[in-house]
Parts: sequence; C-alpha cells; structure tokens
Amino acid sequence: MTITTAPAGVSLRGVGRAFGDHVVLRDIDLEIAPGEVVALLGASGCGKSTLLRMIGGLDLATSGSVRVDGHDVTGIDPRCAVVFQEPRLLPWRTLAGNVALGLPRGLPRNERDAASRQWLAEVELHGFADHRPRQVSGGMAQRTALARALARRPGVLLLDEPFAALDALTRLRMQDLVEDVQRRSGTTVVLVTHDVDEALKLADRVVLLGGAPTGVSVVLDVPGDRPRDHHQPELAALRSELLAGLGVPRRTPLERETHAR
Amino acid sequence: MTLSGAAEEVRERPATTPRRRWTPVAAALSLPVVVIVAWQVAASSGAYSAAQLPPPLSVLDALADLAGDGSLWTHIAISVQRVLIGFAAGAGLGFLLGAAVGLSPGVRAVVAPSIAALRAVPSLAWVPLLLLWLGIGEGPKITLVAIGSFFPVYTTISAALAHADAHLVEVGRAYGLRGGGLLGRIMLPSVAPAIFSGLRLGLAQGWLFLVAAELIASSMGLGFLLIDSQNTGRTDILLMAIVLLATLGKLCDALLGLVEKRVLRTHK
Ligand SMILES: Nc1ncnc2c1ncn2[C@@H]1O[C@H](COP(=O)(O)OP(=O)(O)OP(=O)(O)O)[C@@H](O)[C@H]1O
Ligand SMILES: [Mg+2]
Repeated sequence: MTITTAPAGVSLRGVGRAFGDHVVLRDIDLEIAPGEVVALLGASGCGKSTLLRMIGGLDLATSGSVRVDGHDVTGIDPRCAVVFQEPRLLPWRTLAGNVALGLPRGLPRNERDAASRQWLAEVELHGFADHRPRQVSGGMAQRTALARALARRPGVLLLDEPFAALDALTRLRMQDLVEDVQRRSGTTVVLVTHDVDEALKLADRVVLLGGAPTGVSVVLDVPGDRPRDHHQPELAALRSELLAGLGVPRRTPLERETHAR
Repeated sequence: MTLSGAAEEVRERPATTPRRRWTPVAAALSLPVVVIVAWQVAASSGAYSAAQLPPPLSVLDALADLAGDGSLWTHIAISVQRVLIGFAAGAGLGFLLGAAVGLSPGVRAVVAPSIAALRAVPSLAWVPLLLLWLGIGEGPKITLVAIGSFFPVYTTISAALAHADAHLVEVGRAYGLRGGGLLGRIMLPSVAPAIFSGLRLGLAQGWLFLVAAELIASSMGLGFLLIDSQNTGRTDILLMAIVLLATLGKLCDALLGLVEKRVLRTHK
C-alpha cells in the first residue's frame, strides 16, 4: 500500500474568532504551501487549538476567510484529519475498529479490516489490531489516533499537541514517526506545540502566536533539511528568539561563551 | 514464613477457591431457610389458623392445584403478555423521546418540563382516568405498565445523551459522522451502560404497575389472583402469587441482564 496523499494548501486571510465579547484571535494571515510542515507556537490559552479547529472546520471563524485547497471551509473538511491532544479512541472498538473510522464509508468489511491493519502497521502497531484501547499504552493509543488520521489520506494533517501527554522517550519516537510519515506521504502538516525544540526539529516554518487578542507575532523559516537535530548550532539563535517571543528569554551557548571571556 | 510453607499455600489455593465461590450462595440462602423453618414452626404450633398462616407446603400444594387445572398458566401468560407489550411500548416511547430531548436543546426546552410535570403525578392517580377512557379491557392495564416503564427509560436516556462524552462526539464529527451515523456509532454506544440500566429499571417498574393495574380492575392475571384469594380467604394462593411475581420479575431482569452482558462485553 502506498501512503501518498494529495497535499493541500491552507490560506488564512484576516481570520478572527470571538466567543461572545471575548476576542481570542484577530487578523491572522498565513499561507501554507502544499506539503509544507508548519508549527504553531504560542502560550497556553492563546488560541492555537481554536485556529487548528477552524482549519479543520470543527469551529468557524467569526471574521476573515479560511480556505483549504482553494475552497472556503464551511464545515468539517474532508481533506483534513485531526489528531487531538488525547487519543480519543472509542473504548468499545478494537484498535483496528478505531482506525476504520478514518476510512471511507461503505467499504466491504474485509477490505476495511485489511486497510485498518495496514494503517496500524504504518505506525508500527502490527499485532495490536485486535487490542482494545484500554489494553495499550498511551503512546500506542496516540499512534492509533495517528493511523486513524492517516487512513483519511488527508491533504492537511492537523496535529494538536499530539505528543504533549507522552513521556520524553515516547515523544522522541513519535516525532520521528510523524517526520517519517510526512516525508513518505507528502501531506501538509500543521502542528500545534508548546515545545520550541519540537517545532525546530519538525517544521519548515514556525509561526509564533502572541498578543492580546492573539495575532501572528513572528514567522521564522527553519534552515536545513529534515530530519533535524535541534542541537544544530544554526538553530540556536532561532531557539532563543522563539523562547524570548514566548516570554522566557535564555542566553544562547554562543552568548554565554562571549560573556565568560 | 518458610519456603515449604509458601508452597503449601499455593497448592492449597485450588481447593479453597470453589468453596469460596459457594460461600456467598450459602450465606444468601441461610436467611430464607431460617424464615421458612420459623414459618413451618409457627404454622404448626396452632397459634394461627390455616387461613391466616398456611404452612409452607400448602403453598406448594396450591401451586400444584392451580397448575393441574391449567388456570395458573393462563394467569401467568396474561400477566407476562401485559408486561411485555406495555414495556415494549413504554420503553420504546421513552427511548425515542429521551433521545430527542437528550440530543436537541430545542426539543428539551419544549418537551422536558411537561414530561417532568407528568412524572410528578402519582402513578395510581391515572387509573380512574384510564378506566374511563379505555374501558376495562386490556387497554388500561397495558397503558399503565407502559407509563411505568416509560419514565425510567426516558429519564436515563435523555440525561445520558445530553452528557455524552463531548470529546468522542467531536472525534465522530471530525471524521465525517453526522446525524444518525453519529448517534448510532458514537453516542448510543458511549451511553449503552446507562441505556441498559434505564431498561432494567423500566422493566421492574413495569411489573410494579402491572400488579397495581390487575389489583384494581381485572379478571385474570397474577394481580387478580392476589385480590381474588384475599376475598376468598385463600392465603396459600395469595402467598404463592407473591412468590410467582417475585420469580417472574427476577427472571425477566436476569434475561435482560444476559443481553446487557453480551452487548457490553466490549465496554469494559
Ligand atoms: N467553546 C468555547 N467557548 C468559549 N471560549 C472558548 C471556547 N473555546 C476556546 N475558548 C477560549 O479561547 C481561548 C483559546 O483557547 P484554545 O483552546 O484555542 O487555546 P490553546 O492555545 O490551544 O491553549 P492550550 O495551549 O492550553 O491548549 C481560551 O481563552 C478559551 O477560554
Ligand atoms: Mg490547545
């Protein structure tokens, strides 16, 4: 089975979202090219999830336009697939049954089952197809959620802090997996994260959200080919710029050296 | 503890496990056995007349008598039939209305307060009205059973669906489910345990209302047997009818429990 998708572009123009009087997002302009990996970085509560949900059509903008692949998003968008912060698996279904939720409706049962198993194999979960969500670890559950999203063959893969609840080691493995799957499928990825290093490791561009109400404060191109090692020296400056933008300034190793002299 | 002691303990375990499983059964049976013995002693002591307190065995005799002339089966069959039809109607309506109220805030706003008000009416208050409107045939009895079954099912399902796991519902929507698909694949399975507890409560309440209906106006059924034997002073038949009602109620609940276990086996 090939896992290639037709990557879709995303275009946000003057996008705003208010909940009653509470304006959360305003004037967001962002063009995401097909196949690009963009990380959305911002403080907790600034509206990252809201922005991601608007791209997927789970929430609608109160101003501006959200377009995927050139079409206005007016409801749940079939070209998008979301992985949430929690796995959100249906506890009464097996892992294969959960992945089947991402497959096109109306497939004959045997085809659906075979396809679910293949997607599970893509996330290294062959052999766990018949397990129930409660029988597997948090990392495995989150990988199942990723398989469910991939089964939709999304033009845009929307990831809302998908690794935040995982332990450090599992998180590294999941990052590698997402990197690998993105490279092979070519899909566009919008990744919401709190983690500057994760953004620098996976993304082509990092969008820093900030202000009140939240807007785009900085957009940074990340140099070098993926997969990257976030310890690469040329990333150090970007790293401190992003951390400063998030309100937690750190001195780079270079600055520290100069200081010591 | 020594090693051999530990080994002995391990070896002993298979022998003690089955015995332990029987202990609760024996414990549960001990009290009824004591009651039956006390009943036998009291009945044969001469302190009470046989009409007031027949000995346990004469209850069995009554059972055999009525079973022999076939009238017992007629009473049981008509009661079971009333419960099944009434329960199906009441639970079915409770399910539909409960789902509508649970899923749609609009329907909830219009319908829920009125149903809550109806629920406040003590059930037996309906009887004269039902007799007046529906006559003395099967209609009022089945309707009363349906009323009894309706409320527990309606209440549990409307509450459960209104509070269905929002995260899972959102996943369903994000993966393209809407309307009936969302209800059938996500919402109903996620509230299945609540649905079953509502159905079991509804069935139990159906039996309760059946007895009320048959006590008041009927010429057949176990409730009729209760009132008829009271009038004729046949305490043995009266006690037998009580035991039969308990047995049938428990049997129905156990059957529904089996279905529940099968359906929910993937939920644990
Ligand atoms: N349905 C809603 N109704 C009212 N306010 C909402 C709703 N959803 C989000 N908000 C508000 O919008 C703001 C942004 O929420 P959002 O979940 O998008 O933040 P976030 O950046 O994803 O935060 P976190 O990093 O903690 O996940 C918050 O102030 C929140 O209170
Ligand atoms: Mg969020």
